[in-house]
Amino acid sequence: MTEQTATFINIGERTNVTGSAKFRKMITDGRYEDAVEVARQQVENGAQIIDVNMDEGMLDGAEAMRTFLNLIAAEPDIARVPIMIDSSKWEVIEAGLKCVQGKAIVNSISLKEGEEPFLQQAREILSYGAATVVMAFDEKGQAETADEKVRICKRAYDLLTEKIGFPPEDIIFDPNIFAVATGIEEHNDYARAFIEAAGRIRKELPGAHVSGGLSNVSFSFRGNEPVRRAMHSVFLYHAIKAGLNMAIVNAGQLDIYDDIEPELRELVEDVILNRRDDATERLLDIAERYRGQKGQTKEKDLSWREKPVNERLKHALVHGVTDYIDEDTEEARQAAERPLHVIEGPLMDGMNVVGDLFGDGKMFLPQVVKSARVMKQAVAHLLPYMEKEKEEMGMVGKSSGKVVMATVKGDVHDIGKNIVGVVLQCNGYEVIDLGVMVPAETILDTAVKEDADIIGLSGLITPSLDEMVFVAGEMRRRGMDLPLLIGGATTSPAHTAVKIEPGYDAAPVIHVADASRAVGVVSNLLSDEARPKLWEETKAKYEKMRASRSKGGPKERLTLNEAQEARFRPDWKAHEPQQPSFTGAKTIDDVGLEDILPYIDWTPFFMSWDMPGRYPQILEDSKRGEAARTLWADAQQMLDRLVTEKWLGLKATVGFWPANREGDDIALWKGDGRDEELARLFTLRQQIKKNDGANVALADFLKSKEEGADWIGGFCVTAGHGELERSDAFKKANDDYSAIMVKALADRFAEGFAEYLHARVRKDFWGYAPDEALSSEDMIAEKYAGIRPAPGYPAQPDHTEKATLFDLLDAPKRAGVELTTSYAMTPPASVSGLYFSHPESHYFALGKIEKDQVEDYARRKGWDMVTAERWLGPVLNYNPNEQALSKAS
Amino acid sequence: MSEREQRIAALKDAAKKRILVLDGAWGAMFQRKGLEEDDYRGDRFKDHPGQMKGNNDILCLTRPDIVSDLYDAFYGAGADICETNTFSATVIAQADYDLGAEEVIAINRKGARLARAAADAWTEKEPDKPRFVAGSIGPLNKMLSMSSDVNDPGARSVTFDEVYDAYRMQIEALNEGGVDLYLIETITDTLNCKAAVKAIQDLEAEGMEKLPIWISGTITDKSGRTLSGQTVEAFWNSVRHAKPFAIGLNCALGADLMRPHIATLARIADTLVAAYPNAGLPNAFGEYDEAPETTAGMVGEWAESGLVNILGGCCGTTPEHIAAIAEAAKTAAPREIPERPRAMRLSGLEPFEVA
Repeated sequence: MTEQTATFINIGERTNVTGSAKFRKMITDGRYEDAVEVARQQVENGAQIIDVNMDEGMLDGAEAMRTFLNLIAAEPDIARVPIMIDSSKWEVIEAGLKCVQGKAIVNSISLKEGEEPFLQQAREILSYGAATVVMAFDEKGQAETADEKVRICKRAYDLLTEKIGFPPEDIIFDPNIFAVATGIEEHNDYARAFIEAAGRIRKELPGAHVSGGLSNVSFSFRGNEPVRRAMHSVFLYHAIKAGLNMAIVNAGQLDIYDDIEPELRELVEDVILNRRDDATERLLDIAERYRGQKGQTKEKDLSWREKPVNERLKHALVHGVTDYIDEDTEEARQAAERPLHVIEGPLMDGMNVVGDLFGDGKMFLPQVVKSARVMKQAVAHLLPYMEKEKEEMGMVGKSSGKVVMATVKGDVHDIGKNIVGVVLQCNGYEVIDLGVMVPAETILDTAVKEDADIIGLSGLITPSLDEMVFVAGEMRRRGMDLPLLIGGATTSPAHTAVKIEPGYDAAPVIHVADASRAVGVVSNLLSDEARPKLWEETKAKYEKMRASRSKGGPKERLTLNEAQEARFRPDWKAHEPQQPSFTGAKTIDDVGLEDILPYIDWTPFFMSWDMPGRYPQILEDSKRGEAARTLWADAQQMLDRLVTEKWLGLKATVGFWPANREGDDIALWKGDGRDEELARLFTLRQQIKKNDGANVALADFLKSKEEGADWIGGFCVTAGHGELERSDAFKKANDDYSAIMVKALADRFAEGFAEYLHARVRKDFWGYAPDEALSSEDMIAEKYAGIRPAPGYPAQPDHTEKATLFDLLDAPKRAGVELTTSYAMTPPASVSGLYFSHPESHYFALGKIEKDQVEDYARRKGWDMVTAERWLGPVLNYNPNEQALSKAS
Repeated sequence: MSEREQRIAALKDAAKKRILVLDGAWGAMFQRKGLEEDDYRGDRFKDHPGQMKGNNDILCLTRPDIVSDLYDAFYGAGADICETNTFSATVIAQADYDLGAEEVIAINRKGARLARAAADAWTEKEPDKPRFVAGSIGPLNKMLSMSSDVNDPGARSVTFDEVYDAYRMQIEALNEGGVDLYLIETITDTLNCKAAVKAIQDLEAEGMEKLPIWISGTITDKSGRTLSGQTVEAFWNSVRHAKPFAIGLNCALGADLMRPHIATLARIADTLVAAYPNAGLPNAFGEYDEAPETTAGMVGEWAESGLVNILGGCCGTTPEHIAAIAEAAKTAAPREIPERPRAMRLSGLEPFEVA
């Protein structure tokens, strides 16, 4: 739940005289104190950077910029965030640069006046030590089409990085957000073009960022706040997925994507994505219906007040509404056995929903901050009752133990930590909460001074993981022997086991998954009988994790060259590659849900419900049998409806291409002449030393050009069309169980579909096994010739290879499956992969790879090492950061 | 390669092989000499109005013999690098003594030449351990990020352009005097430092010979922040564009309190890390009484832990301290420079990273 995972930065826009009439009035009236308050509110509301703009005809812009920046420099709670100095006038920008001690962002420069002034300004920015926004604007004007936007940005990027050594990571492109739905046909594609350009810029200009001023897009709906808000949320939802990673936004002007009325959302989506010619008219038609609900205050739809109290609490948390939180919390308290149960129950449930929405990009940080406020208020209401309870139970002054807790340095997130704190206090522990951004020495000094029993560290952003390693190292250096608890969204048992625990062995180091487990762990740690057992168990568990991570400890490794020597050599005499019945991609749309049923493997279905065991044996299992049978009956019941009412739409694409192995690459050819390359797939090779057996890479399963003709296939199937709508409908009806069931079934259909299609490929499309006749069990046990490995799985862990496959297959068009920026498939109930036909081709796990292969792979893919190490992070046999870490701690 | 280019290459080479040692406190040493108003004035400023005692930088012109003695003492104690005696030699700081551009330029040139002569003599004597001169560029008594009026948070007693011009003059004179690198030190306000960095970069763009830059901030107290409010990481993000040869901390804290901040820099800075703490905190009489082996013991542990590339001393550290530090750092390997993942690293008072 962070800038790192959401990878989207909110830039506050309220301190901008061109965007806010209120702020302009303050500045022209000289009411700078009020203006400073506006800045403070923005930071409090979650702006991570604040944009300051003083471009107003009646103002001395440079003077106003200087005055305002000097004033906010004196306010630590504002000055803590970076400043974006926003002006179309260079002298105003320079005046701003002369007032900020931090590293700021200039907004903006462009090629509008040609290369010389552009580079001159960029050089100045560099020597003032700032990053810069570059508009997609050149001598001819502002770029409107995606191609133009990318072309200008690329030109600027090359000039900046090659001519003056501007760091690419300090360049932020603004490819112009223009108004859509203006009634002018040429404008219809503006938003879509921006979204496309954002994706291409992030991909083609490594290191650079993409930003934009959001409010322009909805300009033609001035005065119609509800429609504007919907447009903003829809635009952000798609642009962020494409690669937009920061935007100037008014946090108050955003709705939660899922909250937009479906009809409005669809019409807005048509406009933003330019999906139909009459999109503007259709939106205009219904826009009037929403206009009535104008103004800054959200329409007071109070229907949610009719719902049960737990639902109301959830609504209040998700929407950040504090108006009724006290009375609702009180109602929930009266209904609950203990006040604590309100926190552990409905309030935590609500926060989990917030976390999920945020993770899906459907909520934005400012909204999460609001949710946290609601949570705090609810807890504040409950505190006196919990105190009283303690009194009644005679627990006052009797501390069962003392815990020092803190969110580590560099991190400001504290919702989870606060909940843990409250839960511990309610259970009679004394909690010293040091707050957020706490340096290691403060935490440790306090623990010593207060004679604490346990230290708890929390963190939500990825850099916090390093900081926790550092704290543990400091505890060892100081010779401390207090147990250390680790918690927070990015932490994990694996990270704790591999990175934190080995650095501190004087006392237990334990990862605590959530607040509900904290009490158990703390009470065990403080009990003389329970502690040794917990410690032993945890140590053993972590040791196992470390061992499995390093795959049984150090084994002998091969260099890439040696591994290539030991490559897998299929027996080509036993198998002559066969030409498929067609080349290129083909759409498959003649498959019904009932066709898939025989191909479904039900074992993973039970696993998805946390019921490990093989189907059908699990139905008879002595422990889980009864629950499994109930689940199975419910599933069959839904399955019947799902099939007869056609809840899910099946779509697929399959393709074949002439292909050959070239080293560790697979070259795909345009024609049978095999002289013009169509595309190239990259594969990775095992580097563990084997006593017998080869060091396999997927490329090995194909003939080289010298060896003769060969082909490769690819596919993408989905059973996800309709899944979300269906599960949402259940969710709306508060039937979470059915909502999850639909998802679990859709996943099974997707896998079954892939299995079904593979059979058709073997027997028909490729036709290398026309006479194959296998039972369902044998099919599931994969007793057939050929494999269908997927990028992102053990044989080829690099997810980015999916992009090539999707291009080849034209998967978005043919199957309606898209890739997110992190190369996940959407809809999620989708499967894709490659087809290899050689009978000796087999699934394998790549295992860990060495730096020499990563360097080779980066070279082949045209990546730098940082990019390669990021995408291959999970399989690296070295830690790119380790040296630095161990040195410093 | 010019002689200076050869020296810079030797400096960078030495930094790869071992932990380098900087000199110690100048103020304390002048105090030991028991100098009087007349020493400070010399002939040149016999009739200058106001008091001159306390203006240590002027001694470059009025008692060059003593200044040279001190360079000798620190080089002799084992320092690889000595700072020029020009900590306050800017027109803004020297205005307190009614001195202007002419004197300021003369102090910087002379300070650099005296150090140059001492360094060259030692290098000739011990060719295996070449000695270097760092041009000291101190903070100003006027700050760009802090209000000069309690009733008006927006008030400033100096402008960016004034600070820039003052540093520019000092830098040009130091360069002419023959320093091997610049040491922008005891930084209390990052914006002042950024003005100095810009002055260097502008002069170099105009053709002045390029020299390495060493930037050394000051964490004022246990809050872990600079006087202008930045955390160490925010400070680093603010000055990283200078592509400094070294980044570090000095002054205000003794070694014990400075350690966590140096450890932070050691993790985040992809360049050399330097530290020269005070000899503890001052006692009730304002004197520093931490023994040389105490200071050296603590910074020696930093060296062993791989936290630093350059060590030295600030207030209260004598040639004896420097000798002890040099001894403690002798066997340890210099910190290895970490590679960091690419990200836009911004800052206000706190750091902010956009991956």
